[in-house]
Amino acid sequence: MRPQPKIELNDVRKSFGDLEVIKGVNLSVHRGELVCLIGSSGSGKSTLLRCLNLLEPIDEGEILLDGYDISHPMLDPQPIRQRIGLVFQSFNLFPHMNAFENVMLAPRLNKKISRAVLTPKIEALFERFELKDRMTHYPDQLSGGQQQRVAIVRAMAMEPEIMLFDEITSALDPELVSEVLDVVRQLKSEGMTLVLATHEMNFARDAADKVCFLDKGVIVEEGTPDQIFQNPSEPRTRAFLRSVL
Amino acid sequence: MSRNTTDKTGIVAAQAALPAKISRTAYNAQKKRRSLMIASASTLTVVALIYVLVPLAPGWERVKNSFFNWEVLVRTFPKLLDAFLIDVMIFAWCAPAIAIWGLVIALCRDARSPALFPLRVFATVYNDVFRGVPVILVIYLIGFGIPGLGLSRTWSNPYIWGSLALILSYSAYVAEVYRAGIESIHESQRSAAKSLGLSHWHTMRHVILPQAIRRVVPANMNNFISLQKDVALVSFIGPVELLRQAGVEKSLLANFTPYVGAAIIFLSVTIPATRFADHLIARQNRERG
Repeated sequence: MRPQPKIELNDVRKSFGDLEVIKGVNLSVHRGELVCLIGSSGSGKSTLLRCLNLLEPIDEGEILLDGYDISHPMLDPQPIRQRIGLVFQSFNLFPHMNAFENVMLAPRLNKKISRAVLTPKIEALFERFELKDRMTHYPDQLSGGQQQRVAIVRAMAMEPEIMLFDEITSALDPELVSEVLDVVRQLKSEGMTLVLATHEMNFARDAADKVCFLDKGVIVEEGTPDQIFQNPSEPRTRAFLRSVL
Repeated sequence: MSRNTTDKTGIVAAQAALPAKISRTAYNAQKKRRSLMIASASTLTVVALIYVLVPLAPGWERVKNSFFNWEVLVRTFPKLLDAFLIDVMIFAWCAPAIAIWGLVIALCRDARSPALFPLRVFATVYNDVFRGVPVILVIYLIGFGIPGLGLSRTWSNPYIWGSLALILSYSAYVAEVYRAGIESIHESQRSAAKSLGLSHWHTMRHVILPQAIRRVVPANMNNFISLQKDVALVSFIGPVELLRQAGVEKSLLANFTPYVGAAIIFLSVTIPATRFADHLIARQNRERG
């Protein structure tokens, strides 16, 4: 008997108008696991993450966090989002605030903690992710890799229980990808529960506990990286891997 | 023959006709000098034509005497400047009120929750009405209408009601500019704020508005520049500010020069302000480009 999953999706469906982009997805992620969602653009990876963070309300099914349905339409999504961090492909830092203010904003407003109490905590967070010397920089003074790392720190400042990463390296120059992926590895080693939508197949193979291949809004195949990359059973998975590897 | 058929655009022939070698910098400098000379020459010609032709008009001497009379200008200018202080004063309290009230209207128009629907309707109707009615009409209606209610002396002050009319009118325009700014902020900023668990209001207050307001500063500058001259309209319900003072002087001296003086004073403020707004817009375009 396995422990209760940290997060569990049961037959989740989501449409935009007539277009059904998530067509009944079942997925469970356990505490401390790193799950990679792979699949071509438009397969529904990003939408699935946005649904998990309740940025998009789902049409059918349920999303369980520690066994509780967080997708219930009568729930206020705001406090739930605070427990689930989301990092975007395009960083989405607030350009009018420096890195430190970007990170401090959400805990200060949501938890109503004073600046004085927060400041040492947030400094420690920057220290932990080796960004201490970039705290007073504005987003346009940072490299793409640094911006994305600040975005991760910003999400971490809310002390989430799960972190979702939506193709966080896709907008980066190739030489900046590894510094961001190193942060993801660091989070995993610290025990964070992580779900990544990614095109970084090598990273998925090396670091993931579970890999899910999505195509046209369904999880076609899931398994350990070895199963998926060495021995895929579905023809669609094989075709996809052939095209990207 | 074969050369002719391959040289369809004539570029080979054109190149053959060029001088062998020329320094690019020297050539560009020469071109720049040439354009400068042409611009100066054409400007001088136009100015000279005006200078020569206008005095040939049959009524020129009369116009010159009643509109461009130096003695009258010198005599009335100090009084006009004094009166202009009243315009400055009215502007000084209207401008911040408009900046704030305009923002309130813009936020009402942007209200999304169904409970706030009445606010949204109010803001929409407000904008339609005040942008559709001439400012001078609003000044008349409020300036004569409200004191007509029989208010106490202190409250039947035309400064109060004239200013209120300006504030109501201009806020509608300023609100539209704010709204354009709010809508120009990319949806991903909202997503980011939402994903961090910020409320709608916190998102607006800390993420959207600071960016939006900054972005529309140049556009709003233009609104405030035109407010600067529309302040003169308040004189229609009483206050003796610059325009009214010029009218008084005109009647006293039977000469229109004070109006020209008033125009000079308005221009001395609006022209630098306009240039400054242009400068801000240009800088913003550079930053975004």
